[in-house]
Amino acid sequence: MTTSVTAGSRILEALGTVRDPELDEPITSLGFVSSCTVSADGDARVRLRLPTYFCAPNFAFLMVADAYDAVSAAPGVRHAEIVLEDHFASDAINGGVAAHAGFVRSFDGEAVGELHQLRADFLRKAVMAGTDQVCRPLLKDGVPPAALTGWTLGDLPPSRAADRLRQRRAELGLPAGDDAPLLVDPVTGAAVQPGALPLHLRKAQVTRVSLEANGSICRGMLRHRYNHEAGLGEEDQ
Amino acid sequence: MYEKDGEKYFIVDSHMHYWNAAPDNWVPGAEQYAKGWIDCFHAYQGLGPPETHWTIEHFQKYSEDDLMKDVFEDGHVDHAIFQPTDLREWYKEGFNTTERNAEMGKRHPGKFTYNTRWDPRDGDVGLENLRRNVETYGSKGVKLYTAEWNNGSRGWKLSDPGAYRYLEACGELGIKNIHVHKGPTIWPLDKDAFDVSDVDHAATDFPNLNFIVEHVGLPRIEDFCFMATQEPNVYAGLSVVIGGLMHARPRFFAKVMGELLFWVGEDKMTFGSDYGIWEPKWQIEGFVDWDYPSDEFSDYPRLGVAGKKKILGLNAARLYGLEVPKEFQLAEGEGTPAAQDDAQLVAGA
Repeated sequence: MTTSVTAGSRILEALGTVRDPELDEPITSLGFVSSCTVSADGDARVRLRLPTYFCAPNFAFLMVADAYDAVSAAPGVRHAEIVLEDHFASDAINGGVAAHAGFVRSFDGEAVGELHQLRADFLRKAVMAGTDQVCRPLLKDGVPPAALTGWTLGDLPPSRAADRLRQRRAELGLPAGDDAPLLVDPVTGAAVQPGALPLHLRKAQVTRVSLEANGSICRGMLRHRYNHEAGLGEEDQ
Repeated sequence: MYEKDGEKYFIVDSHMHYWNAAPDNWVPGAEQYAKGWIDCFHAYQGLGPPETHWTIEHFQKYSEDDLMKDVFEDGHVDHAIFQPTDLREWYKEGFNTTERNAEMGKRHPGKFTYNTRWDPRDGDVGLENLRRNVETYGSKGVKLYTAEWNNGSRGWKLSDPGAYRYLEACGELGIKNIHVHKGPTIWPLDKDAFDVSDVDHAATDFPNLNFIVEHVGLPRIEDFCFMATQEPNVYAGLSVVIGGLMHARPRFFAKVMGELLFWVGEDKMTFGSDYGIWEPKWQIEGFVDWDYPSDEFSDYPRLGVAGKKKILGLNAARLYGLEVPKEFQLAEGEGTPAAQDDAQLVAGA
């Protein structure tokens, strides 16, 4: 069994598309991928780890299932095995994902619904946080806040944050084209009206602060747990 | 008390513990959970300054002398409020119980307030226990831990009908302060277990009780902030915010403080060290010295000496009816929070 460098990097690239739904960041940059190998025959093995033994099992399940899908679809992969380590629900999650059992069956008797709603709720938070990311630089450059209700996505200067916001909106089925309003209600997709603008921007800001603060705590805990310079964040760089 | 630059601070540590999580207290068959739990707490300690880190053995079980030294002698605290967490499915005698706290506290009269706890899944027996604990320990507050495992159930919500019976009993028994802890929690499995909307319902329906959301609803600060704006009886417990962010992530700490000062306000924020996760000394000294690190934070409300006095002790003293010596009190008119120009826009939400 040998691991070819190109195949290995393809797997990592695939894993880079998997996000922690709660933090809206790739599991690769968070340091959640502890190892990843692929044999010459195309057997991929990935080990994932989380900041604590009691991290929420629903988000953990989504990450393991998404990793399974992403790695299975990577070119040259014949079979994917994803193992979540050191978690109180490791067995239920690993077994459930490997058996394509879905969340409800994996946690027999404990869960009523699948996780689509949960994922959508957190995508909405990501849209709010992303709104702050693209608006803050505009306001800093002197764009009057009141003008923002007239902006469209197409008016935004190109940036990674702008791409990301569009992508998240598209995933939710919210308007994401050039002519779509920059500011929309993350549930209904309706354009934010001038009277609701100040509160909308404040909510966007606190949502971003919350997501980023959580991410920083998760990184700190992960580093403590594994004594590893994994998942360096904003203040480490 | 703590004194700096001629200012005297009366310190109430409104969230601290005296636990035994050593292997001698682990329930056979549940060792992995008992160990996983205390290891997780220990990782949080890693977010504090390195010179305050303990070995895992010391962390699992610290002594009465350790606590008295760390909290009162070195830690500047005038009065401390024990917040119990039972976890009897994992720890034989419980993790950090009202009984254990009171047994040690009786040798230090006047230093402690003994909060107790309840779990709606314990039904009538639990209600009877609650009455007895209030009688025995004079509890004026409870710590509710919605993630506790209990006979196959992995958690509960404050809006459950069973919980309302207990909240009604709290009103009758003279319990004013409901400290709520949402995490790390895992139930309901298929929803966001950290969601704080159940606290919102309870706070609306029980306006005579105060709801102190510990760890400011982390990791759902934004949901907590929206709620706290609408509910006059909801408070922000700062345990974990100061301990987990002030040293390890000063920029995020400044942002989170700025958001809390904006949405919740300095009159409704209370300090808690979360001892033995973190010692109070460095948290109090650092917080008194704290200011925003740069003008990037200029759109957040300022926090002055009076605001820090409120957060570090005066707010909790008010909630618990603790007597504060005159020298620590604010003068008439001192400590009116800076006007929040944007307050109306929030109230109109």
